[in-house]
Amino acid sequence: MANFRKIARRTFLIGTVAIAGGVAFGVYQVRKDAPNPLTPGEGEATLNPYILINSDGITIIAPRAEMGQGVHTTLAALVAEEMDVAWEDITVLHGPPAQAYYNQALLGLALPFRHYADTAFKHTLRQGVGMVGKLLNLQVTGGSTSTKDAYERMRHAGASAREALKLAAAAQLGTDAGSLRTENSQVIAPDGRTIAYTALAEALRDITPPDVELRDKSTWKYLGKSMPRTDMVAKSTGTAQYATDTKLDDLKFATVRMNPRRSGMVSFDDSAAKTMAGVEQIIDLEDGIAVVANNTWLALQAANAVEITWEDASYPADTAALLAAVEASFKEEPNSVIRDDGDVTAPVDGTEITATYQVPYLAHSTMEPMCATALYTDDGLEIWAGNQAPVIVRDKCAEAVGLTPEQVMVHTTLMGGGFGRRSEYDFSVQAAKIAKAMPGTPIRMTWPREEDMTHDFYRPAAMAQFRGFVADGEAQLVDGKIAAQSVTHNSSRRLAGQIPPGPDRGHVEGAADQPYAIPNFRVSGHLTDLTVPLGFWRSVGNSHNGFFFDTFIDEMAHAAKVDPLQFRLKMARAEHAPSAGVIQAVYEMSGWTGNTPDNIGRGVAFTYSFGTPVAEVVEVEDTGNGIRINKCWIACDVGTALDPRIIESQMVSGAIYGFSAAMQGEITFADGAAEQRNFYDYDAMRMHNTPAFEVRILETAPFMGGVGEPGTPPSMPALGNALFDLTGTRARTLPLNKTFDLIL
Amino acid sequence: MPTTLTINGKTQDIDLPGEVPLLWVLRDEVGLTGTKFGCGVAACGACTVHIDGEAVRSCQVALADVWGDVTTIEGLGTPDNMATIQQAWVDHQVAQCGYCQSGQIMNAAALLDQTPNPTDQDIDDAMQGNLCRCGTYPRIRAAIKDAAQRIQEA
Repeated sequence: MANFRKIARRTFLIGTVAIAGGVAFGVYQVRKDAPNPLTPGEGEATLNPYILINSDGITIIAPRAEMGQGVHTTLAALVAEEMDVAWEDITVLHGPPAQAYYNQALLGLALPFRHYADTAFKHTLRQGVGMVGKLLNLQVTGGSTSTKDAYERMRHAGASAREALKLAAAAQLGTDAGSLRTENSQVIAPDGRTIAYTALAEALRDITPPDVELRDKSTWKYLGKSMPRTDMVAKSTGTAQYATDTKLDDLKFATVRMNPRRSGMVSFDDSAAKTMAGVEQIIDLEDGIAVVANNTWLALQAANAVEITWEDASYPADTAALLAAVEASFKEEPNSVIRDDGDVTAPVDGTEITATYQVPYLAHSTMEPMCATALYTDDGLEIWAGNQAPVIVRDKCAEAVGLTPEQVMVHTTLMGGGFGRRSEYDFSVQAAKIAKAMPGTPIRMTWPREEDMTHDFYRPAAMAQFRGFVADGEAQLVDGKIAAQSVTHNSSRRLAGQIPPGPDRGHVEGAADQPYAIPNFRVSGHLTDLTVPLGFWRSVGNSHNGFFFDTFIDEMAHAAKVDPLQFRLKMARAEHAPSAGVIQAVYEMSGWTGNTPDNIGRGVAFTYSFGTPVAEVVEVEDTGNGIRINKCWIACDVGTALDPRIIESQMVSGAIYGFSAAMQGEITFADGAAEQRNFYDYDAMRMHNTPAFEVRILETAPFMGGVGEPGTPPSMPALGNALFDLTGTRARTLPLNKTFDLIL
Repeated sequence: MPTTLTINGKTQDIDLPGEVPLLWVLRDEVGLTGTKFGCGVAACGACTVHIDGEAVRSCQVALADVWGDVTTIEGLGTPDNMATIQQAWVDHQVAQCGYCQSGQIMNAAALLDQTPNPTDQDIDDAMQGNLCRCGTYPRIRAAIKDAAQRIQEA
C-alpha cells in the first residue's frame, strides 16, 4: 500500500494546511494574505509560492494547467528571466490547490466594458476586480489568461528570489550583497568565487526575500525568445506523466458506465458481470456504475455486461426539439443588450440584408479520455487528475467522499488536451468514490472513448438572426440576436452552485464586443432554458458568435459590392488600430487581390477575443475530387510576445481546432443521448487535409492578449467565406460538409 | 497459462486472458505507460507500437495473437539516448499536449523504415490514421522529413 505522507514528501507538495518555513511576499499587498502552500523539507527552501530550491535543483511551480498550450514553459521563463536560472536546470511542477494561485485575469474578462477599448484606468480596474479571484479561490486555467495573469507576479517571484540568494551568499562569503551578481543558477563574487543556488537552499531559510524592481524588457534573455519547451523531451519519449500513468503499488483498474441521457439510474443487474474474468468489484455510483478489475480492458468488458435501466433525460429527447427550443427563445426578452450604438430602430437608407445562422452542439474530444488515479486511506484521499481547476476538484472530491478539503490532496498531472473539458470535476469525483469503496487500494480509472463522447459538457447549439443595412459601400446598421443555452449559467450552477447576476457577457462575446465602427450597432443575447450539460469549449461564446458575426459582415461586404477585406479594414481602422493592423497584415501576407482563379476561393475573417485581435485568410481549392484547404494565413496582435514559437503553435492549433469543427463537428441527440460515440463518427482534421500555415505575430497592442483560444473563432467564418468565394453558395449552417464536398 | 512476450528486448510472462489487447497488457500489466489509449477501435493511432518492426494499433492485437517482438516508445529511445526520430521531434518542438505523440512517433519510425525518403503524399498516406487534436501536423511533417534526411546522412 502506498503511503500518503511518503508520496506527499516525495513530490514536495503538502496540502494547503501545513505551512512551515514558507514566506509569502511580493509587490501585491493582497497576496500577503495568501499562505505559501509549499512546505520545504530538510535541505530545501521555498522563497515564495512559485519557487522551490533543494540540492537537486530548482523547481518552478506553475499555477496553471499544462494541457498542451506550453504554459509551463512560458511561466518558467518568467521566473527564470529575473532569477538567472540556467534553462536546463529548471523543473516545472503543477501547483497544489491553494489560494496563492488564484487567477486574477480571468475575472477581469467578465467586466461589461468593451475589452479592446481598455484605457489604462480600465485596465487597472480590471486587475482590481481580479482581486476577487483570490477570495473565490479561482485557481482556474481558462479564458486564455494564464500568461497575462502571471506576467508580473512570476517575474517578481524570480527577482525577489535572486536578491534573496545574493543575501544568503553574502553571509557565506562575508561580503556585501550589493557586490554580487547572478548568472547560470549561481551567485558570483567580484573575486570570481561562485556558489550554486542549490548550495544555498539551507541558508535561504533564514532570509526574508526582498522586494525589487523588475528588469527592463530590453535586457531579457529568455522572454521574447522561443525557448525549448520544458515538457518536450518527456513528450517525445513516452515518459511524460498523465493522470493514469501514475505508478503505485498494487494498482487496480476501473472504468465507468453512466446514463447517456445525463440523469439517474433506475436499477442495475451485475450478476453476469460480477463473474467475468478479472473483476474485483462493481460499484453503484447512483447515476451509473463502476467496475474495478485487474486490467482496464477486463473492466470495460464487464461494464458493458451490466444490465442497466436508465432514467429519462431532463431535456427534449432529440436534436429537432432542442433546436426548436433554441429558436423559440428569440421571442423571449433578451438577457443582454451589451452593444447598442446609435439607433437600430430608426429608418436607414440603403440595401437591407437579413440572415439566419445555426451551429450544432460540439464535443471537446480531447485525445486523452477523462481519467484519474485515486487512493483512499485512513489519512485521506489522494488524487491524480489532469484538471484546470484544482481547488474545485479538491472541494468536490472532499464533499463526495465525506472528507474535509484539508484531507484531500490533488496532484495536477499533465493533460492529454483540455480545451475547457478539464475544468470539470465529474471524472475526479468518480475516481474518488471508487477509491473510497476500496480503501487502501490505488485505483486507476479510465473512461472508454464512448463515455467521453456521450458525457461531455458540450459547446451549445446556437442560432443567430441578423439584419443589416449597407449604403455607399459601408455598413450603416447591424442588429444581431443570438440564442442558445447559456454556458455561463449552466456551468456556474454546477461549479459554484449559483448563477452570476446581470447580463451574460460570454453569451454574446465575439459579436457584441467586436471593434468595428458601425453607426447603428446592437447585439442582443437570448438565453434558452434547457438542461443539456454545457461547458467551456475552446474560445467559448466566440466559437459560435465569431462565425455568425463575421459571416454576416462578409455578406454585407458582398451586398455593398466592396472587397470583403477592405470592408473590414475600414471599419476596424476607425475603432481599434491593432485590429486594423492584423487585417492589414493578412492582406500583405496572402498577397490578397480580391481575385482568384476559377478553382480557387479565398475568404478572410476577423475576431477579437481574449484581448487578442486575429485575422485569418483561408484559401480553398476545388481539386475535382473534393475541396481542400490549401493554405491559411494568420496575423495576431498579442501586445507582448513572450514565446513566439509557442504563440505560433497556438494560433495554428486554434485554427485547426476550428476547421475540424466547421468542416464536420456535430453532436446530435436521439432518445435523450448524444448519437456520436467515437472518432469514427466525430472525427477531426488529420495530416492529409491540414493546410500549410503562415503566422505573423504583432506587438502593437497596449496590453498582453491571450493565445490559446483566439486562433479558433475566425477560422470557421474564414473557411465559410472562402467556400462562398469558390462556389457562390453561402453556408449559414455548420458543419460545412452538409453543404460542400470537402476532403475529410 | 502465462503468455510469453518479448517487449523492448526483454522476455516477460504475462498472466492475463489471451483476448486482452496488447495495449492493456503494456499499460496495466507491464507498466509501460508511454503507449496511450485514445479510442479502442483503431481510429486514432495513439496506441501504435511495433511488432517485428511493423506499426500496429495495439488496441486491436489480442495478447494471444502477438506474432513477434514488441517495441514500444520506451524501447525506441530514452530521454538520455533518443532515437533520431525522437530527436527530430524535440528539435522541431512538435508536441503540445503530447498524448498522441508516442503513437505518431512509432508510426513515423515505421514509415521511415519502409520509405526512407517519403514524399508529402507518402506522409499523408502513412500518417492519416494518427489523430492529433492539438493540430501538430505541420510540425510532425517537418520532423519526419528532417529525420529522414538525418538517417540517410548517418
